[in-house]
Amino acid sequence: MTNSFALQQYLDFAYIVAVVLFILSLKWLSSPRTARWGVIGGEIGAALAVGATLYNPELVQYKWIVICLIIGAGVGIPLGMVKMTAVPQRTALSHAFGAASAAMIGIAEYYVNTAQLTRFEMGEIALEVIIGSLTFTGSLIAAGKLQEILPQRPIVYRGQNIVSLSILAAALVLAIALVANPAQAALFPAMVGIALIFGIMLVTPIGGADMPTVISLLNSYAGFSAALLGFVLNSKVLVVAGALDGSSGFILSVIMCKAMNRSFTNVMFGAFGQVQAGGAKEKEDRVVRSATAEEAASILEAASRVVVVPGYGMAVAQAQHKVRELYDTLTKRGVDVQFAIHPVAGRMPGHMNVLLAEADVPYDHLKEMDEINGDFPQVDVALIIGANDVTNPAAKTDKSSPIYGMPVLDVEKSHTVMVIKRSMNPGFAGIDNPLYYMDNTLMLFGDAKAFVSNIVKELGAVKEVGASH
Amino acid sequence: MPADFISNLYVFILAGFVGFELIKRVSPLLHTPLMSLTNALDAIVVVAAIIIAGRHETPLTTALGAIAVAASFSNMVGGFLITDRMLRMFKTGRAKK
Repeated sequence: MTNSFALQQYLDFAYIVAVVLFILSLKWLSSPRTARWGVIGGEIGAALAVGATLYNPELVQYKWIVICLIIGAGVGIPLGMVKMTAVPQRTALSHAFGAASAAMIGIAEYYVNTAQLTRFEMGEIALEVIIGSLTFTGSLIAAGKLQEILPQRPIVYRGQNIVSLSILAAALVLAIALVANPAQAALFPAMVGIALIFGIMLVTPIGGADMPTVISLLNSYAGFSAALLGFVLNSKVLVVAGALDGSSGFILSVIMCKAMNRSFTNVMFGAFGQVQAGGAKEKEDRVVRSATAEEAASILEAASRVVVVPGYGMAVAQAQHKVRELYDTLTKRGVDVQFAIHPVAGRMPGHMNVLLAEADVPYDHLKEMDEINGDFPQVDVALIIGANDVTNPAAKTDKSSPIYGMPVLDVEKSHTVMVIKRSMNPGFAGIDNPLYYMDNTLMLFGDAKAFVSNIVKELGAVKEVGASH
Repeated sequence: MPADFISNLYVFILAGFVGFELIKRVSPLLHTPLMSLTNALDAIVVVAAIIIAGRHETPLTTALGAIAVAASFSNMVGGFLITDRMLRMFKTGRAKK
C-alpha cells in the first residue's frame, strides 16, 4: 500500500516535469534561434509522461499498448516525413487523429462507469465527446479538401445553416437527456453519431481560401477537447496540454480572421466565394498589358529593390524552388530581394514561410505584411506569384467588394507590378482584381513554375551578353 | 460542483493564460511549426489512452483505448518529427554561407 502510494507520487512528479517542459517548449519556439530547443524540450516531456504512465499500477495488460504504440510510430513517422507542400493536409489529419483519440477515451469512460456516473460527470463526458467527434469528422473533411480528394469550392444549398444547426441542437438535446439520466445507454451512440455528422456538415460548405481559419479553429477544438478530457479523467497534464493547444489554435484563428476582416460566424456560416457575381460586369473594355519572360527579366535586372509576393498558386505550381533560383540570381546582381507574406497566403498559418524556408530562402528576407507595407512606394518591382485577393486594392476602395476592409499588401504603390497568372480567369472566389488593369501592372501569363524558370534563364542570357562586351 | 472540477478549472484558466502570453510572442514566421508542435504536445492524451487500453475492462473499452493509443502516438511521433524538420529549414542569410 505504502509502496504504491510512493509510486503514485513519482508518477505525479513526472507529469509535473512534463508540464513544465511543455510550457518551456512553447516559450523556446518564440524565436527561430531557440525554436529547435522547443522540440527537444517537448520530446523529453512527452517521453517522461509516457514512460511514467507505463508504470501505472492500474495497467494489467500490456499487449495492446505495445502493439498500438508500434503502429502509432509506424503511422507517425511517414506522416512526419511528408513534403512541405502537403503540410496543411497533414496538419488537418493530425487534428482528426487527436480529436478522435480524445473522443474515443471519453466514450470508453462512459461505458466503464455508466452505472455510477453523476450528472455532472455525464455533462463533462457528453460535451467532450461531442466536441471531439465533430472535430474528428470536420478535420477529415478539411484534410480531404486540402488533398483535393474533395472539391475545394464551398458546397452549399438552400437552408444549409438551419439544417446544420438543427443537427447540432439534436446532439445537444441527447446530451441533456443523458445528463438527466446517464443510464440511458441507447442514447449515447446516437449522440456520438449526430456529432460526427455535424462535423461533416460544418466544414463541407467552407471553401479552400478559408482553410487557414478553419484549420486553426479545428486546432483549437482539438485542444479544448483534450482539456475537457483532462476534466473528465481528473488529469492535470491533459488539462494543461489541452489548454495550451486550444489557446494556440484560438489565437491563430483570431489572427486569420483579422487578416481577412471577417468574424468566426462569417467563416463558419458565410460560405465565402458564393456571393459575388456583381463585381465582374464592367471589365470587357478595360485594357490589360502583358509581358514576356524576356521583358520581365530586363525590368527585374534594372531594379534595385524587388519584393516577391507569394500565394497559394506558388504552392500549387510547386514553384518555390524556381523562385529561390530567381532570388539567388537577382541577389547576385546586387538587387535587394524580399518576400512579403500576407497572414492568410496559402492554406494554413505560416504556410508560405515554410515553403520558402524549405527552398532555402533565408528567413530574414521573409517580411510580414505590417513590416513591409509602408515600403512599397520605394519598391521598383512587386512580383506577385500565385497570390490574388491579398493584393486586391478593391479591399481598400470598393465598398461593394466582398473583401472590402480586408488588410491587403499595398503592391500597387510600387513602380512596377508584375503578376504571374495562368489567365484572366478570376478563380473560384470570383472576385475581380482591379490591380490587373492598372497602368503600372504587367501581366505575365503562364504557369508560375515555368514562367519563373524562363525569367531565370533570360537573366542568365543577359548576363552572358553582358560578359561578352 | 465537485472539488476536482474546481481545481482543474484553476489549472485550465492559468494554463490558458500562460498559453496565450507565450503564443502571442511566437513570430508569424513560425506559425506552421507552432501548430505542429502544439499538436504533438496535445498528443499527450496518449497517457489516458494507455490507461484505458491497459486496464483491460471490457473488449469495447480496450479496443477504443488501443485505437486511441495508435492515433495519438502517431500524432506525437509525427508532430515532433515534422516540427523539427521545418525548424531545421529556417536559416538566416549569414548561416547559409
